[in-house]
Amino acid sequence: MTKKVLMCGNEVLAEAGIMAGCRFYAGYPITPQNEIPAYMSRRMPEVGGVFIQAESEISAVNMVFGASLTGVRAMTSSSSPGISLKQEGISYLAGCQLPAVIVNMMRGGPGLGNIAPSQSDYFQATRGGGHGDYRQVVLAPASLQEIVDLTVLSFDLADKYRMPVMILGDGILGQMMEPVELNPKSIPQRCSGQEIQNPKIEKDWVLDGCKGREPRVIKSLLLGEGELERFNLRLQEKYALIKDKEVRYEVLYGDDSDIMLVSYGTTSRICRSVVERLRRQGKNAGMFRPISLWPFPERALKELAERVNKFFVVEMSCGQMVDDVKLSIECRKPVYFYGRTGGGIPTEEEIIGELQKRIDAGGCFTSIKYQAPSI
Amino acid sequence: MNKVFSKPKSMKNASTHYCPGCGHGVVHRIICEVIDELDIREKVIGIAPVGCAVIAYDYWDFDVTEAAHGRVPAVATGIKRVKPENIVFGYQGDGDLAAIGTAEIIHAANRGENITIIFVNNAVYGMTGGQMAPTTVLKQKTSTTPFGRDKKRDGFPLKVSELLATLPGVSYVERVAIHDPQHILKAKKAIKRVFQNQINGLGFSLVEVLSQCPTYLGHSAKEAVRWVAEEMIKEYPLGVFRQ
Repeated sequence: MTKKVLMCGNEVLAEAGIMAGCRFYAGYPITPQNEIPAYMSRRMPEVGGVFIQAESEISAVNMVFGASLTGVRAMTSSSSPGISLKQEGISYLAGCQLPAVIVNMMRGGPGLGNIAPSQSDYFQATRGGGHGDYRQVVLAPASLQEIVDLTVLSFDLADKYRMPVMILGDGILGQMMEPVELNPKSIPQRCSGQEIQNPKIEKDWVLDGCKGREPRVIKSLLLGEGELERFNLRLQEKYALIKDKEVRYEVLYGDDSDIMLVSYGTTSRICRSVVERLRRQGKNAGMFRPISLWPFPERALKELAERVNKFFVVEMSCGQMVDDVKLSIECRKPVYFYGRTGGGIPTEEEIIGELQKRIDAGGCFTSIKYQAPSI
Repeated sequence: MNKVFSKPKSMKNASTHYCPGCGHGVVHRIICEVIDELDIREKVIGIAPVGCAVIAYDYWDFDVTEAAHGRVPAVATGIKRVKPENIVFGYQGDGDLAAIGTAEIIHAANRGENITIIFVNNAVYGMTGGQMAPTTVLKQKTSTTPFGRDKKRDGFPLKVSELLATLPGVSYVERVAIHDPQHILKAKKAIKRVFQNQINGLGFSLVEVLSQCPTYLGHSAKEAVRWVAEEMIKEYPLGVFRQ
């Protein structure tokens, strides 16, 4: 048995990156992910890698762009406001089909917000926060052990599909400590694709000087008639393949649940306890936990909607993933939502109370209180 | 028959998209000649900017990538740190380097990254239609300074070479011009030197090339060249600022 170690989530993620073969890290300080650059600054020299504290988030992601185009596994990390700054670079990575891993340990927003945990960057992460017709794989770990597994997987997927992959955590996951085996286990349950065993994927596209071959160009400017449309459609084919092969999720009591809680990351840990409590009370509750937020487990949820009567989405946001749940089940069953925002963390009692209240009331729970100033 | 003049090996056989009289073609060619002479074509990785020179890779016959606007020095840093054995150079215009990319150039220079930057200063944004650049000289008319650059409204021309020369991480900075054959030869010497500096591991080196943009100076090619020689050099004196 592998020895377990006690580390915080950010450090676990950094070490998992090293294990995955990451040999370039550039970042910029922002709470609550500062342990990642600190760990990398110490660890990278030991493994012959490169650590750079960049002058900005923008520079950090562009340094990753430069490192990645030489073929090295490269990563940057930040938290919400910093991730907004990285969006330009992420769009260019997508446009140039360059692999890279971007970590977002989400905090409260909008604006400078606060440094408390949040899940309010779901839209930005899953819709493509940068410009253009692109997607990024988004993986959401819910435990430190899963941070190990999904970090390794992120680098594999980034290389396999030549695209940016985001690990979407939050301040709690980054800061909390849990015993972990620093040894990637089998990649999470119900993976619809094949695991990638060999991280050393042949890269026949890198720039390393044109010795003994034709010169190469890595670019995203496509000015020719119809050129960009053709390229974007090729990207869509790649995304369709990913939607087919790389969907990951976990289901708890999928067979006999009347109501399904849907949540990811930190919130799913709370919902798991809620479900176990309800089960002890003899109530048929279950939980659906998307692990890949993009591709979203649409089909699995749709199938579940055949058996489940109600869905109850819990997020640390004012309701973002809830849109994907409704889209997935095509609004065939009622979807209720409960969220806390701006650093609020839902408790088990709160969730159970809201569950009861909303479902007893049988529907809509939002009342409009804001009044716009008259012009 | 003895061939006395030919295309550098590092240059593709392509016809130019640049406007008549534009300086980019001259600078592109100098870079290719230098790369041939130093025999580094198979080691070079170039970075094209956003701006008129974005498609430099249509002329350069070696590995090239393309950075987001202003991010050339950050991309160059990423490449060079991972691949110190390669020769990494960035090609940037005045909007790219001296406006949107000021943070990137200053910090790459200050870290003393062992990279080479060719900075083409033609005092105007070309690709987007002749707007004021940070290096536009006072009273110069552009599409966003229709009455001439006013120091109170638009600030002063930014002197990049002088600014960078104050940084201890910088190994070499020189400003050259390409308005006549004599200056073109000097420019080539400077460009060769900044590539050599990288080969010798001396750290961050930059050549600022004063160039002409006849289209957006609103001049003929001949008049644009004269403007550089007589007006632009007054604002941007030539010379070595740090070595």
